Amino acid sequence: MLTKRIIPCLDCDLQVPEGRVVKGVEFKEIKYAGNPVDLATRYYEEGADEIVILDITASYERRGTMVDVIKRLTENVFIPICVGGGIRKVEDYIKMLKAGADKCSTNTAAIKNPELLTEASKVVGSQAVVIGIDAKRRYVDNPSDAPDKNVIETDKGYCWFDCSIYGGREFTGIDAIDWAQKCQDLGAGEVLLTSMDGDGTKEGYDLELTKAINDAVDIPVIASGGVGEPKDILDAFTVSDASAALAASIFHFNEYPIAEVKHYLKENGVNVRL
Amino acid sequence: MITIIDYKSGNLRSISNGFKKLNCDVEITDDVEKIANAKHLVLPGVGAFGTAMKNIEPFKDVIYEHVEEDKPFLGICLGQQVLMSSSEETENVKGLDLFKGDVKLLPPGRKIPHMGWNKLHVINQDNPILKGIDGEFFYFVHSYHVVPDDEEIIAATCDYGFDVVAALSRNNLFSTQFHPEKSGKPGLKILKNFINLEVK
Repeated sequence: MLTKRIIPCLDCDLQVPEGRVVKGVEFKEIKYAGNPVDLATRYYEEGADEIVILDITASYERRGTMVDVIKRLTENVFIPICVGGGIRKVEDYIKMLKAGADKCSTNTAAIKNPELLTEASKVVGSQAVVIGIDAKRRYVDNPSDAPDKNVIETDKGYCWFDCSIYGGREFTGIDAIDWAQKCQDLGAGEVLLTSMDGDGTKEGYDLELTKAINDAVDIPVIASGGVGEPKDILDAFTVSDASAALAASIFHFNEYPIAEVKHYLKENGVNVRL
Repeated sequence: MITIIDYKSGNLRSISNGFKKLNCDVEITDDVEKIANAKHLVLPGVGAFGTAMKNIEPFKDVIYEHVEEDKPFLGICLGQQVLMSSSEETENVKGLDLFKGDVKLLPPGRKIPHMGWNKLHVINQDNPILKGIDGEFFYFVHSYHVVPDDEEIIAATCDYGFDVVAALSRNNLFSTQFHPEKSGKPGLKILKNFINLEVK
């Protein structure tokens, strides 16, 4: 049986030569968790199923640094690697895959130019084309207040999900459920779904968002944003049926070692690789 | 020395890294002569069947010779699918036909691609390339799967609602649907087993 995947995420600042992993995406209280190659190697040894590495500066001029990081990292890390941040052209996918990555995640570039997903999937295959969706809840009093959106009923009232770009700095008004389906049709092979409401809160994934997107597409969905404890990951699998759960800080500072999380999941009936 | 065929398809660096980790010399090449002289040949691959077959065209004869001489050959992922006779993915393009049978789209009802770690069920424990492997997890990512005419060549399967063919073998010709180079230590073990195959 296919197992549920646990994916540590490395948010990288590539403005120093080897890159450094930054805790969280909020720049208020920056903490460094180490360099990406060392951390990825540690997670590989500890039983991570995959690693996502994001260039949070998403700076085009740092592409070379990311390629170097991927090259060095994949000499010792033999699990799939997904790269995100600053992927804008088909050539960027090719460059990262040649360096040893397996997938690339795009968000802003795909919203600006949806054709990118189709072109990339033709060249590198759908399995390498991940669509990053950063979604935020927009509450309405009644479903009829947002007739052109997919409004769902949640514990906190009716809402639809708005896609954001530029790392949450700008909102598009695009319905996340519609967009996820469209991306699948365009050639994306996986959704990396981040809740903007949950991100950084440690209050758990947005389970309603995750379930809504997961039910709407046939491609796998990675839940992201808001994990604070192993129970949150369990919920992403049992309540939302996500294919994978992504987490950053709970792993970086060893609050919960990966193996411990996986054992907990197994004890609670989730099929994981141990 | 392991020779990896560079036919402009896929992540050659990862598979090369896997062998290097095992202290094995690796050459990545599109030179037909070098491929003809290879002892252990690897055909990786991601992408679409039709494009891959087009790019393999210059290497077909040397691949056939290599297999004919029963020298070790390993096809990975799409590199397994192109060994088959045909594929639903690109209907009017013939495969290498080294294994008889078709490549089919995974049936609906589950997430496609079949992406992630699945437990391998090894059918024949004596299979040299799957030695010491049964019950381990391997990384799969594919939307199409192979359906060989002769079930005898199925070396391993995994459960994705039905028995997906995970590996094929006949003499020294081997192939896997999963990615050994992305499957951690059990994956490296398979690469090690491949290196250890004797060249006759």
